[in-house]
Amino acid sequence: MDDWALGLSNAQPRKWPKGGLSRVPYWIYTDRDVYRAEQERIFCGPSWCYVALEAEIPNPGDFIRTYVGDKPVVIVRDGEGGISALLNRCAHRGVEFCQQAHGNVREFMCPYHQWTYDLKGTLLGVPFRRGVKQQGGMPADFRLEEHNLTRLAVARRHGAVFASFSQDLPSLEDYLGPRMLGYFDRVLDGRPLRVLGYMRQRIGANWKLMFENIKDPYHASLLHVFLVTFGLFRADQPSAVEMDESGRHSVLVSMRGEQKPNEGTAEMKSFKVDFKLADPRLLDPVREFSGSATVVMQTLWPNLIVQQQSNTLAMRQLVTRGPRAFDLMWTFFGYADDTPQMIQRRLRQANLMGPSGFVSNDDGEIMEFSQAGIDAFPRDAGVLEMGGRDVRNEDHMVTEAAIRGFYQEYRRVMGL
Amino acid sequence: MLTPGLRDEIEALYADYAEALDDNELERWPEFFVEDCLYKLVPRENWERKLPIALMLCESKGMLRDRVSAVRSTALYAPRTFRHLIGQFRIAAETQERIRVRANYVVLQTLVDDLTRIQNAGKYLDLVVRTPEGLRFQEKICVFDSVLVPNSLIYPV
Repeated sequence: MDDWALGLSNAQPRKWPKGGLSRVPYWIYTDRDVYRAEQERIFCGPSWCYVALEAEIPNPGDFIRTYVGDKPVVIVRDGEGGISALLNRCAHRGVEFCQQAHGNVREFMCPYHQWTYDLKGTLLGVPFRRGVKQQGGMPADFRLEEHNLTRLAVARRHGAVFASFSQDLPSLEDYLGPRMLGYFDRVLDGRPLRVLGYMRQRIGANWKLMFENIKDPYHASLLHVFLVTFGLFRADQPSAVEMDESGRHSVLVSMRGEQKPNEGTAEMKSFKVDFKLADPRLLDPVREFSGSATVVMQTLWPNLIVQQQSNTLAMRQLVTRGPRAFDLMWTFFGYADDTPQMIQRRLRQANLMGPSGFVSNDDGEIMEFSQAGIDAFPRDAGVLEMGGRDVRNEDHMVTEAAIRGFYQEYRRVMGL
Repeated sequence: MLTPGLRDEIEALYADYAEALDDNELERWPEFFVEDCLYKLVPRENWERKLPIALMLCESKGMLRDRVSAVRSTALYAPRTFRHLIGQFRIAAETQERIRVRANYVVLQTLVDDLTRIQNAGKYLDLVVRTPEGLRFQEKICVFDSVLVPNSLIYPV
C-alpha cells in the first residue's frame, strides 16, 4: 500500500520523529519519494558500491552484468588489465545493451542500431553516420567522443571491485577508514580468490532492513536457533560491535562457544542443548584467519556485506528493487590455493547460508514479516534502545548501536 | 534398455516422493535415499559454469535428516504448503540395479493469505538404485532454472 493510497502523501515534509536515533520512522521503508532520494543521494552519490570480484572477470574482455542501486552496470576487464564499470545503457536511445549475465567480448554493440563501444565505454562507431547514397546520416558536427557510455569511478582492493557514479569521493581506503579496512583485509588479504558460485534471492522488504539485520547482534542469539545451539554466534560469547568514525560501516565479531548451558543461554528459548547433527561433517570448521574471532560480519555502506562465518566466505551484494523489495546476490568464494578438503568444507558450510541456509533463511523470512507489519503504518516508528540511545563501539552483543550508527549516517546523507 | 514395468516403477517412486513432500511427511524424505547418497539443490547458472556452490548439499542420509531437523525445529519461516508436478521422464537403465532418470519438476508454493505461486522449477538429474527395500535415490541433483529465488527455499524439492 502506498502512502499516496492512504492519503498520506507528501503534503508535509517528512520529519524524523522525536527520540533521535532511538526511533526509526516506518515511512523510510515504504515511501517512493524516499526511495528515489536514496538512489540519488546514496547509491548514485559519493559512495563506493561493491560490484564484482576480479576473479569473476580474469581475462581481457570478460564481463559481468550487475547493479549499483537499481542502475544496471557492466563490469569489464580491458586488454591492459584495467577494469571499467559502465552504465548498461546505450548512449543513443537508452537500450540496456548487455543482456548476458556474463561472457567475453571484444567490444560492446547495442543490438538496436549497432552502435559499438570499446571495453572502456568509448564510442567507436555509428552505422550510417555519413548517410547512405549522400542521404541522411548524422549532422556534420556530430562527435563520437560526446556519446561514450557513462563510466563509473572504479576502486579495486585485494580482488574486490567497487564503483561509484560520483567522480568526487575519497579513496576506497579512506572511505572505509583504518578500522574497517583492517577487517576487510583480514579476509581479502590479497591472495587470489576462487569464485565458488552464486545464490540470489528476492526479498520482499526494504533494503535497509537487510543492513539492520546484519548490524543487529541482539536478534542473532534469539531468532537463529541453529546459530545459538551450535555456539556459532551467541550473546554469552566474547564479541564486539565496531564501527568506523561515521557509523555507516560496521562489524559484528564473535568467537565460537560450546553447546552447553550457562547463565547467558538461560534466556534463550532457542538454545537446544540436546540438538545433535546426524552428520557432524556439516560443522567441522578449521581456523584460517589470525586472531580469535571465528565470525566477522562486515557491513559496508551502502550495498555490501562481507561474510566470514567459520569457513564460509561470501560477498552479499544488495540490489534495490523499489521500496518494498531487494535482491540479495551472494558470491561465495575461497582462495585459489584452497585444498580440495577446504573447498568441500566451504561447500558444506554454505548450507548455513543463502535462501536455504540453516541460519540465513530465518533472516529472509523475518524481513518480510517486518515489511508486512510496517507497510500500512508509515506514521509509526520502531524502537532502537537496546544498549542505550547513542552510537558507540561495544565489546558485547546486547546492543543495537550499529543500527543507530547506520541511521546517523543515513539521516546526514538524506537530510532527514 | 528399458525392462517392461520399469517406467511404471520409476513413475511410482516419483509420485510417492512428491506425495511425501506435498503431504508434509518430511520425515519420510530421507528414506527415499540410500545411506551413502548425494542430494544437491543447485541453480542452473552454477551447474552450467561448473561452480560447485549448492543451496542445499547433503552428502549422506544423515545430512538429509539434519535438513529435516532444521525444517522441523530450528528454522523460522512462514507456514506454507507445496505441490510438486514431476514429469517428462527420461529413463536410462545402466544395469538392472542402476537407473539414470531425468525429469522436469515444478514446485508450487502457497503461503497464508497469498496466491499459489511457482516456488521453484527445474530438472532432476538422478541416479536410482535397486535395493532390497525397493528403488532408492543414490543421487538426486535438482538443477533449478533461475538463480534468483523468491526469498526462501526452506523445504527440499
